[in-house]
Amino acid sequence: MLLALTDVSKIYKIGGEEIRALNSISIQVEEGEFIAVMGPSGSGKSTFLQVASLLSSAEQGEIVLKGKNVTKYSEVELARLRNKEIGFIFQQFNLLARTSAIENVALPLVYAGVGAAERRARSIALLEKVGLGDRLNNTPAQLSGGQQQRVAIARALVNEPSLVFADEPTGNLDSKSGEDIKQLLKNLHQEGKTIVMVTHEAEIAQIANRLILFHDGEIIYDEQTGFSTDVRSEKTLEYINELKKQGNSPRLLFGKKTGK
Amino acid sequence: MNITNTFSISLKAILLNKRRSFLTMLGVIIGVGSVVLLTSLGTGLQLYVKKQFDSIGSNVLYVVPGNPFAGGGGSETAILERTKPTLKQKQLQSILRSNGELIEGGTATALDTAEAKYRNVTKRVTLYGVDASYSLVQNTKAAEGRWFDDSEANRSQRVALLGPKIATELFGKADPVNKKVKLDGQVYTILGIIESKGGGFGGPSFDNYVYIPVNTLFANFSTQVVNSFVFRIKKQDLLPRAKLAIEGRLLDDLKKDEFTVFDQTELLKTINNILGALTAGLGGIAAISLVVGGIGIMNIMLVSVTERTREIGLRKALGATPNTILLQFLIEAALLSIIGGMIGVFIAFLGTLALQQFFPAAILPESIALAFGVSTIIGIIFGAAPARSAAKLSPIEALRSE
Repeated sequence: MLLALTDVSKIYKIGGEEIRALNSISIQVEEGEFIAVMGPSGSGKSTFLQVASLLSSAEQGEIVLKGKNVTKYSEVELARLRNKEIGFIFQQFNLLARTSAIENVALPLVYAGVGAAERRARSIALLEKVGLGDRLNNTPAQLSGGQQQRVAIARALVNEPSLVFADEPTGNLDSKSGEDIKQLLKNLHQEGKTIVMVTHEAEIAQIANRLILFHDGEIIYDEQTGFSTDVRSEKTLEYINELKKQGNSPRLLFGKKTGK
Repeated sequence: MNITNTFSISLKAILLNKRRSFLTMLGVIIGVGSVVLLTSLGTGLQLYVKKQFDSIGSNVLYVVPGNPFAGGGGSETAILERTKPTLKQKQLQSILRSNGELIEGGTATALDTAEAKYRNVTKRVTLYGVDASYSLVQNTKAAEGRWFDDSEANRSQRVALLGPKIATELFGKADPVNKKVKLDGQVYTILGIIESKGGGFGGPSFDNYVYIPVNTLFANFSTQVVNSFVFRIKKQDLLPRAKLAIEGRLLDDLKKDEFTVFDQTELLKTINNILGALTAGLGGIAAISLVVGGIGIMNIMLVSVTERTREIGLRKALGATPNTILLQFLIEAALLSIIGGMIGVFIAFLGTLALQQFFPAAILPESIALAFGVSTIIGIIFGAAPARSAAKLSPIEALRSE
């Protein structure tokens, strides 16, 4: 098992009120899986991504990555762990402006302490892999959205992480570029990369091999185990029942409900 | 992650915003530039004064009426004292007679002005009445011709030596030696021209004086006041004994506060104190602009941190630790400040070169080192607050910002 979250809660206190963005969720991610995380906005899927990718801490529960309990890790230890084990793909690409593609891709290697020559070699290899071998020195402003996201994917992979997290990777792209990125992610999965992707686009979710649904901070459906049986909120229970009434599996349901 | 990489990240950030970086540096450039330039003026003056004193020699004693060193409103009385005929030539003679084992030579000096005329050239000049031993006492040789001797001086003969500057002004390219010049209508023979002593910087120059025997001066011109005695002492370690002997003799005729015996180290010390205070004062005023420059850096760095919140969040997500971010922004601030300091020193250097045309300015390596040190420290101090706020950003919040 690569990543395991057990009874993890993310709690915000606003005024005197306690808001559980994640309400005691448990999930296990196996090596080589491609998980699509879906749910209505405010369901906690983005919070889940932040906590699972060690960007944000959890107030309750346990997180185990590659057999190590990282729940109590310090900020510095978490930064090192993210650098080594986790790749990030953002909706907004988040490339450094006025900085060449090659330098953007090499950024995680800078923080990993890799020497300049090796940084360059590995960045070029990754950019070639995502089809940008002829755009090494272009800055983000000189690249299309799809190309920028491919640079970001190259950056996510350059330090050979064990897990790649993607947050709405096609959310900012036109359908043609979205299709390219979708194909690229599919290929990565076939190569054996482990990917956790948050998306609200059902079509993109189809390339994942495991679908997870969130509602009100809880996991209500997991393709491995089916619908959750012990949800805490009445509203969530209603939502589940409604989904069940439709008859088909959520993967097909979502394909119809929100797919383009 | 090593410091070289952080360094190059910081340098890139500066180069990406060249114009803003330059404007940020401007405060430090002006601050460092003015501190270095003003201290170079001050130290240049001090060096110049020291050089002038060294050329006279260090075993010289001066006697003047009153107390020129008295502070606080003493200056008016001091000027008044100098117009009184306190010192007498007979005192000088008796001091010289009875202290042969201590004193090598001595001269009285007196000043007056006259109109000098050579052919159709007329000039207002300062007459400097001295004894024949002035040449020895003040280490002032005749560059051309010769000095007057004791007998010429004692007999009040109308002979004169010219400072090199006044010589050129009166005679142009012609050789003045053995020529006649009229001083207030009286005919004087030019015996020689003294070597150049420089000076004249904000005060009288020895190069502009017309040197005549002090007896001649008293006999033919209105002044009867001895300005000072100057003694050359045989060896420097005899200075205290000579001073006591001279004071002892003068106390026979005068009261203690009517005259002062001093050597040039005291004079040099006083002048250096004044120049030092002046330099420190000017440097201190200029240093205020350094602080303003530092605040400018802090201001821009704070803006920069806010503007680059997303970048900071991204860097943290990808593995930058808080300390790495802190270091990145600290180095950025320090670099801005140091580069600004370098430009400032360079400008001050050019300014000093330009000033040297008509002013004795000198840049000391110390003041450059100090300027660098201060600008580095200013960069770090004023960069600390922005860098800390950058380091404290949470990656989530930072990535979410627009």
